[in-house]
Amino acid sequence: MPITLQVENLKKSFGNLEVLKKVSFNLEKGKTMVVIGPSGSGKSTLLRCINQLTPPDSGSVVLDGIELTNNKTDLNEARSEIGFVFQNFNLITHLNVLGNVSFGPLRVKGKSKKDSNDIAMEELKKVGLEDKAFSYPAELSGGQQQRVSIARALALNPKLILFDEPTSALDPELIGEVLDVIIKLAKEGMTSLIVTHEMGFARSIADEAIFLENGIILEKGPPKDLFSNPKNKRTMDFLQKISQLYGEE
Amino acid sequence: MHIFSVILSELPQFLKGILIAIKLAAGLLTFGFILGMTMAMLEVFGNKIISKITSFIRKLLWGIPQIILLLLVFYLPFDMNPMIAAIIALGLCSSAFQSQIFRGAILSIDPGQIEAAKAMGLKSWKILLYIILPQIMILSVGPWTNEFSSEIKDTSLAYVVGLIEIMRQARYIITYTYGNSLAIFFFAGLIYFVLTKIGNTIFFKIEDLLWVPGFEKRRE
Repeated sequence: MPITLQVENLKKSFGNLEVLKKVSFNLEKGKTMVVIGPSGSGKSTLLRCINQLTPPDSGSVVLDGIELTNNKTDLNEARSEIGFVFQNFNLITHLNVLGNVSFGPLRVKGKSKKDSNDIAMEELKKVGLEDKAFSYPAELSGGQQQRVSIARALALNPKLILFDEPTSALDPELIGEVLDVIIKLAKEGMTSLIVTHEMGFARSIADEAIFLENGIILEKGPPKDLFSNPKNKRTMDFLQKISQLYGEE
Repeated sequence: MHIFSVILSELPQFLKGILIAIKLAAGLLTFGFILGMTMAMLEVFGNKIISKITSFIRKLLWGIPQIILLLLVFYLPFDMNPMIAAIIALGLCSSAFQSQIFRGAILSIDPGQIEAAKAMGLKSWKILLYIILPQIMILSVGPWTNEFSSEIKDTSLAYVVGLIEIMRQARYIITYTYGNSLAIFFFAGLIYFVLTKIGNTIFFKIEDLLWVPGFEKRRE
């Protein structure tokens, strides 16, 4: 399988705090990778460094042959190939659902209004919200808002989607509907990098898992190994703590 | 009644004054809008120095009485049409108030959506055009209606630079009809009230048109 995302020696510090210390990994096309790890381990910073919302101090990020960390790269064009799903949805408040989902094709890719709306309706069907096309974000539940934001990411027809704790801001009963959509996308072969605390979900969806702590990848491998037979003691401790908190899955 | 016939016969004069006042209000609000919006953008998005300077100018304009601004502009060492002078002076003052309205609106826009737009690869000027400006409009139309009301009334100060607006007309009428001060000033007051009321009704309609769920309505 060709490699979609190539991250090499990524480093980022905030002041004296080293958040990422030489992080490297590859993500193959069509695969789903999950990133787990304790709070403050650099998971969100990693995602933000990939699409340069937070520019890394050094190292490189290459998406499908295009180096985002190169100054000569048209960053906006490169970003339009990456979907980003935020913890807090970040929908555009003055636009309705259709306006939000068609925003990328219309305003970023410069497609016609009709084409953009067609794309948006298509993606809304995928997340099961075509009947909410004319509602406004404030009228939706958190789970619905997050599904809209996934549809918005899909409407860019991205090569990769980055999910930054997509269910952390949701009420427990709304988590399932969002995870179902992400699982469906993974099955359809959407290349995804997912930061999550939902261990059961992570285990079932991932082709590969990364355990990040203190800005270092402590362990990496297929989820059945990493979750059931962690080699590193820190990974073991972390998984144990999580399972005590949320129960065995 | 004598006084009603005076007012009735002087209506054309009042109407001339009203037209001048409306012209002035439109001019100064537009000038204040452009300048105020620019100042708000510079204050929020500019670097530290630009932001500080803009903030200082805003506070300076805020702290000077309009009548002094009017006289300062009017007595600049070159000839200026009184209408232009009044638009500049009152517009400068209005820009300070308007920039404060727009600044508040910008600061209450959820920054997450701007980040989301950046992550999509939207260029900065498009973020401004398609996200920030529309939301500034929705958020500031309510407070802006207040500013509109004060400025309609403040056009009455422009008589000091020789503009023949409603107040100046009222004084003329009092002079050549020998008296009737109370009734004429009362009628002038009534004119301002009606103008303000009409304007507010229009802007409340606009507020209704712009409103979408998720934004607060400022109205009672």
